[in-house]
Amino acid sequence: MARATTPRRKSINTALAWAVGLLIFFPILWTILTSFKIEAQAINDPPLFLFFDWTLENYAVVQERSDYMRYLWNSIIIAGGSTLLGLIVAVPAAWSMAFVPSKRTKDILMWMLSTKMLPAVGVLYPIYLLFIKLGLLDSRIGLVIVLMLINLPIIVWMLYTYFREIPGEILEAARMDGATLKEEILYVLTPMAVPGIASTVLLNIILAWNEAFWTLNLTAAKAAPLTAFIASYSSPEGLFYAKLSAASTMAIAPILILGWFSQKQLVRGLTFGAVK
Amino acid sequence: MATQQSRSAARLMMAPAVILLLGWMLVPLIMTLYFSFKKYLPLRGGDLGWVGFDNYVSFVTSSSFWPSIQTTLIIVGGVLVITLVLGVLLAILLDQPMWGQGIVRILVIAPFFVMPTVSALVWKNMFMDPINGILAHLWRFFGAQPVEWLSQASMPSLIIIISWQWLPFATLILLTAIQSLDSEQLEAAEMDGAPVLKRFWFITLPHLSRAITIVILIQTIFLLGIFAEIFVTTGGAFGTRTLSYLIFQRVLESQNIGLGSAGGVYAIILANIVAIFLMRIVGKNLDA
Amino acid sequence: MGQIELKGVTKRFGEVEVIPPLDLKIDEGEFVVFVGPSGCGKSTLLRLIAGLEDVSGGVIEIDGTEATTLPPAKRRLAMVFQSYALYPHMSVKKNIAFPLKMAKTDPKVIEEKVANAASILNLTDYLDRRPGQLSGGQRQRVAIGRAIVREPAAFLFDEPLSNLDAALRVNMRLEISELHQSLGTTMIYVTHDQVEAMTMADKIVVLQAGRIEQVGSPLELYRAPRNRFVAGFIGSPKMNFVEGEEAAKHNAHAIGIRPEHIEVSTTEGLWQGKVGVAEHLGSDTFLHVTTAHGVINVRVGGEMGLRHGDTVWLTPDASQMHRFDAKGLALA
Repeated sequence: MARATTPRRKSINTALAWAVGLLIFFPILWTILTSFKIEAQAINDPPLFLFFDWTLENYAVVQERSDYMRYLWNSIIIAGGSTLLGLIVAVPAAWSMAFVPSKRTKDILMWMLSTKMLPAVGVLYPIYLLFIKLGLLDSRIGLVIVLMLINLPIIVWMLYTYFREIPGEILEAARMDGATLKEEILYVLTPMAVPGIASTVLLNIILAWNEAFWTLNLTAAKAAPLTAFIASYSSPEGLFYAKLSAASTMAIAPILILGWFSQKQLVRGLTFGAVK
Repeated sequence: MATQQSRSAARLMMAPAVILLLGWMLVPLIMTLYFSFKKYLPLRGGDLGWVGFDNYVSFVTSSSFWPSIQTTLIIVGGVLVITLVLGVLLAILLDQPMWGQGIVRILVIAPFFVMPTVSALVWKNMFMDPINGILAHLWRFFGAQPVEWLSQASMPSLIIIISWQWLPFATLILLTAIQSLDSEQLEAAEMDGAPVLKRFWFITLPHLSRAITIVILIQTIFLLGIFAEIFVTTGGAFGTRTLSYLIFQRVLESQNIGLGSAGGVYAIILANIVAIFLMRIVGKNLDA
Repeated sequence: MGQIELKGVTKRFGEVEVIPPLDLKIDEGEFVVFVGPSGCGKSTLLRLIAGLEDVSGGVIEIDGTEATTLPPAKRRLAMVFQSYALYPHMSVKKNIAFPLKMAKTDPKVIEEKVANAASILNLTDYLDRRPGQLSGGQRQRVAIGRAIVREPAAFLFDEPLSNLDAALRVNMRLEISELHQSLGTTMIYVTHDQVEAMTMADKIVVLQAGRIEQVGSPLELYRAPRNRFVAGFIGSPKMNFVEGEEAAKHNAHAIGIRPEHIEVSTTEGLWQGKVGVAEHLGSDTFLHVTTAHGVINVRVGGEMGLRHGDTVWLTPDASQMHRFDAKGLALA
């Protein structure tokens, strides 16, 4: 075991780490603080840190101007829907790769990951055209499908690494015990895989929530999620820092809260199970 | 290690994922190839017939092509170097005993949750604005002339913004890897008389190689397609037009589908070169 | 019930033939142990019987009906795995009940059978715990419990004791033997430990490279090994082999003599040697003696005051000597 750290050493570590941590977090903190200021104070020089006239006005203005709830709802449906759909397709695939590996399993995994490298712009117009033809442009279902497809390789890959950690003997035991394939997946595999599936789901919701190429290019008004909502604040108009901050806070708050609450699963998920 | 029965069931269960991805890859790819050989201007006459390799030639000979490649590589490379170097240092720092480790970790991860459009907007307006941005205040405080970040130092600015977004990811993966390092190895090295820096160089860093590979792979995949950050901040101006963004402009802004598609094919080829290269490394590193 | 017969069973992984054509008959109620060095194909053979691997050729019959292509669940066999393979998310009770639940047994009957199995295996107090909260020996018993409740035609054990510490292994060995006595069900047991094979088996099947070297009761194998491999594998410490001149005196290519069949004297005997290492166990003394015919291991009952470097004389008991030809086969 390690030797005891001296309190001095620990204090220095703590101070340094907190300083760096706060520095990295500062842009978010500043955005949240600014969202409670009135516009004039938002650009005050020197910047006002905590001693300003706190107000909720900006949030009301943003909701009124842009109908935040509609965008939020779209984001939830698109992120949740694409993740759910992705799971339905990926769980069986990852199961078979992990437990019935063949010589080609590795190649298939690599190929799947390589589709992720296809530059989105390279196929933007065809997808755009297909969406018009299929009447999917500016529809939530269209985005659900596209985001499911772009994140599918990552879902499969993550689930595969988690499933591989489950000892094969347990599944064989289930088979000996008379479980059918369906029962084996339902009663044995799924409960054991729940932590891994949870991490996968979380990471995918975050990726889908923050996806900003297809959501910007394939939606107009009806199906636009929060990425588009915030992009509408990109052209400056007079004093707008406080409102921009309020809108930003509203866009990132749900995922920030979700992320912090599920930090542990997420850290596992973020490493794609590849680093232990 | 399985029976025939489970093998055919496995194939069946893999089919939906494989077919979907195959379709997702092939259909648009074939359409892009098709358009790339056409003069196709939806707003100015539509399909104007086959033009052979004209689009390919004019895309490459356009004055924006090589700069866009250069920009792409600088952004990807710059962000990778910054996030890896800072990530390793930060991971080592966070691995030390301290008070409030959990909270610090939360603070460090936070940027990863921020959607790219938000982080680009916040950085652009509230930090890099030459009049009202925090950085301008800071510069003035020290009596310096505020920098017009996004026009005068557009590339460093973009790299800072993107690095801020990806640093948490790199740090987390590297931290997880460091925590898995068997402390006996380091103790053995210490007994063998290796000083701190040598221990880092010969024990810790090699142990991290697998994690570093993952970081490079995942980040490159996402960085090659970086879009929202440029879209929101510079709109491709001031030398920040990446290959992706150039194609985006050809397709959506000038509505020249043929030319854009040819560019798309180039982007796909570039991505494949990078992919083959990466897959080699990853394949080797993941076998263990 | 519980008679298993293999006829010309083979197994190939790609080009590699791990089990050449093999015939074996296991009678009802027998305790059969497959023993051999690691990689000899004993686990594969068990998995073929279980149905967890497809045979590449040949026929497997269970109770006279062909089962070659039956899925594992339909063979009425229960298996205890090396890693126990307990379901970590289920309580002990649910683990044991799982096969019954899969067979859609009446919940009341399940309750009864689980309680019964738990009392046989001393698990009654642990029924609501998860496998993670149990010790190695308790996990092993849960795995056995899961097998018992199915009332299978035969039990298959795949190195079930290799993850336990030495003391516990001896205990579990006894428990499994007792279980066999009381249930009377056929058991097939795979191990690389010849002590387990000798102490538990009615019939031992010695395997090497997928081939059956010899089948017989423990004492048959001990007294009349068919070849040098079996002779060397069965018995501990290992049999000594001497080749050359000494063997030629007995009209053999090699002679084998077990350490317990050698007389040690400090004054006279057939072979002179020097004591290398002497292991004093109290009940026995193991001597490693360097002689002109190589290092000979000797087992002496009780304590013998010999030390490193002492000169001794060894005399093998000629009536207990095994003779082998150049191919390693035993000579009558």
